[in-house]
Amino acid sequence: MNTILDVKDLVIHYETDDGCVYAVNGLDLDLQEGETLGLVGETGAGKTTLARGIMGLVPDPPGRIRGGEIIYRGTDLLQCSNAEMRKVRGRKIAMIFQDPMTSLNPVTNVGLQIAEAIQSHEKLSRKAAMQKACQMLEQVGIPAERAGEYPHQFSGGMKQRVVIAIALACNPDILIADEPTTALDVTIQAQVLDMLRELRETYHMSMLLITHDLGVVAQTCDRVAVIYGGEIVESADVYTLFDQHLHPYTQGLLDSIPKLNEDVERLKPIEGMMPDPTQLPEGCRFCSRCAYADERCRTEHPNMLDLGNGHKVRCFRYETQEVEPHE
Amino acid sequence: MIKYIVKRLLLLIPVLIGVTFFVFTILSLAPYDPVTVILGDGATEEAMENMREELGLNDPLLVRYVNYIWDLLHGDFGKSYKTRLPVADQILSRFPNTILLASCSMVIAIVLGIPLGILSAKKQYSLLDNVATVGGLISVSMPNFWLGLLLVILFALKLRWLPSQGMGEDPVSLIKSLILPSITLGTGIMASVMRMTRSSVLETMRQDYISTARSKGIAESRVTVRHMLKNALIPIITISALQFGHLLGGSMLTETVFSWPGVGRYMLDAIKTKDTPAIMGSVILMSVSFSIMNLLADILYAFVDPRIKSQYQTKKKNKQKKSPAEDGGKEATA
Ligand SMILES: Nc1ncnc2c1ncn2[C@@H]1O[C@H](COP(=O)(O)OP(=O)(O)O)[C@@H](O)[C@H]1O
Ligand SMILES: [Mg+2]
Repeated sequence: MNTILDVKDLVIHYETDDGCVYAVNGLDLDLQEGETLGLVGETGAGKTTLARGIMGLVPDPPGRIRGGEIIYRGTDLLQCSNAEMRKVRGRKIAMIFQDPMTSLNPVTNVGLQIAEAIQSHEKLSRKAAMQKACQMLEQVGIPAERAGEYPHQFSGGMKQRVVIAIALACNPDILIADEPTTALDVTIQAQVLDMLRELRETYHMSMLLITHDLGVVAQTCDRVAVIYGGEIVESADVYTLFDQHLHPYTQGLLDSIPKLNEDVERLKPIEGMMPDPTQLPEGCRFCSRCAYADERCRTEHPNMLDLGNGHKVRCFRYETQEVEPHE
Repeated sequence: MIKYIVKRLLLLIPVLIGVTFFVFTILSLAPYDPVTVILGDGATEEAMENMREELGLNDPLLVRYVNYIWDLLHGDFGKSYKTRLPVADQILSRFPNTILLASCSMVIAIVLGIPLGILSAKKQYSLLDNVATVGGLISVSMPNFWLGLLLVILFALKLRWLPSQGMGEDPVSLIKSLILPSITLGTGIMASVMRMTRSSVLETMRQDYISTARSKGIAESRVTVRHMLKNALIPIITISALQFGHLLGGSMLTETVFSWPGVGRYMLDAIKTKDTPAIMGSVILMSVSFSIMNLLADILYAFVDPRIKSQYQTKKKNKQKKSPAEDGGKEATA
């Protein structure tokens, strides 16, 4: 498999009046051609910031990309000019933003919102672009007659379909979906996920699926990366991760899901809070919440350990401890 | 929509009754005798009494007011005490001049104010933004007539580029004579339009749909106009329409400074000579133009924002429109 997107040592800060928010700190992530990579982590871990960083859409001010590389098919997107980035956005890499209720322009009809994406990358007449926009609407299960309607005439799930139609309109290589189902009702969540999965196949896209829902990951993803405090703490293919989660944070995440076959009295959330992103701990970002933390964890920042088989973890415990290879 | 407009126009009636009654009462309470204005100081007591009787000034206030309104309903605005000419004719002959001046001032205000506001917002806290902010504050707080006098001194008296008085007859001198008064009136309005545009664009800039628009790879100019400005337009329309409504009522000071033959100067002259019918006529014109501009703003909202448009449509229509559309969706109830 080919690496289609390779994020290396990415650092993104928000420089606000109340101090500097260290949102993404030396993050490494790679996306293979044709795969769905899940990015999991709790709110504030830096998921959206990473996604916006890849799109070149970190709000500046206050956001600043402080370092790193984002290699898409051999070119570093961070070195691209605005004009070059415009050709990438929508056409090569498309993004679905977190909240469908606010992601659509309320005063422009949905057909036009899709058509303008098409027109910005393809030399098409207004009419031809509109026709293609209608096809896109049909693809996501909205009758083409509704192209002239405005976002307020659609329900939340329908809005998300429109957003997906916009993202896919120019047949991008990579789709970044930032919590595409979080804002939706459970029944509609499943519909939207199914649709995303199908469309990913038809369009031969690679997908970066951001979520904090491990259930969604299990259903949809090939590989998972767990993000904590702006860095990846564990990554593996989806079976390995669910079977053999090594990082204490991943363990905590998985333990916090109630299991139907066990008689649980209470949910087991991870104790403690995310560290203040303006004052990250010196050592391991997770040490204040970790049951295994010792002196070294508090003072020294752990490196990513490669355990083979594409399983990586950022924890001192596995430097010495032998891990049996999965399967 | 039509129903809404008609309703709003009907609402104009009580507004006009209120305004006319208020002004009429104040004028009749004022300690002066219109008859001395008409006849001059040297008139005999008998002539003055006859004149009072003729004008119905000896009747009680309410009777006079009802008579006035009655005449008004027949299209009769009365005759000016001073010139003895029909007020309606005098105002209508001056109104086009005021419309011309008001329109030019608004064009200046909008053509400069909106782009400057957008630029300020997009480059928030930059040098340009700070200069625009300070400049805007100065222009808003500077009295119009003072700016007018400064312009006259500089461009008319010192440089002799432009005329300082009156309204040109042929097109070229008309345009020349329009420039200074339009700038005088337009500057303050431009500053308010600019400030409003800036704050409204700053607000829409942060919205998610702007990120969506950018993520499509469309040109930044299109993001700015189609997505930011269009969503930021409502408060800009409000302030522009209200300001235009003000201008259409005539700007007394500026028209006087430049001897512009408009309704504002007419009103000021009427006030100076205590010419009640002329004052009343001007006040009615002011309130009508202000209210109509207000209504126009409300109608424009519907063109800019489909959510407002759907509110204007009657309930019945809404239902008919909604149901088949919602059935089309798989999750109509969600
Ligand atoms: N525009 C911003 N200004 C300042 N801080 C921000 C901004 N956006 C995000 N942050 C901060 O950056 C951190 C990461 O946020 P985000 O990437 O949105 O996390 P996630 O998407 O994982 O919930 C959080 O601490 C958040 O408060
Ligand atoms: Mg987020």
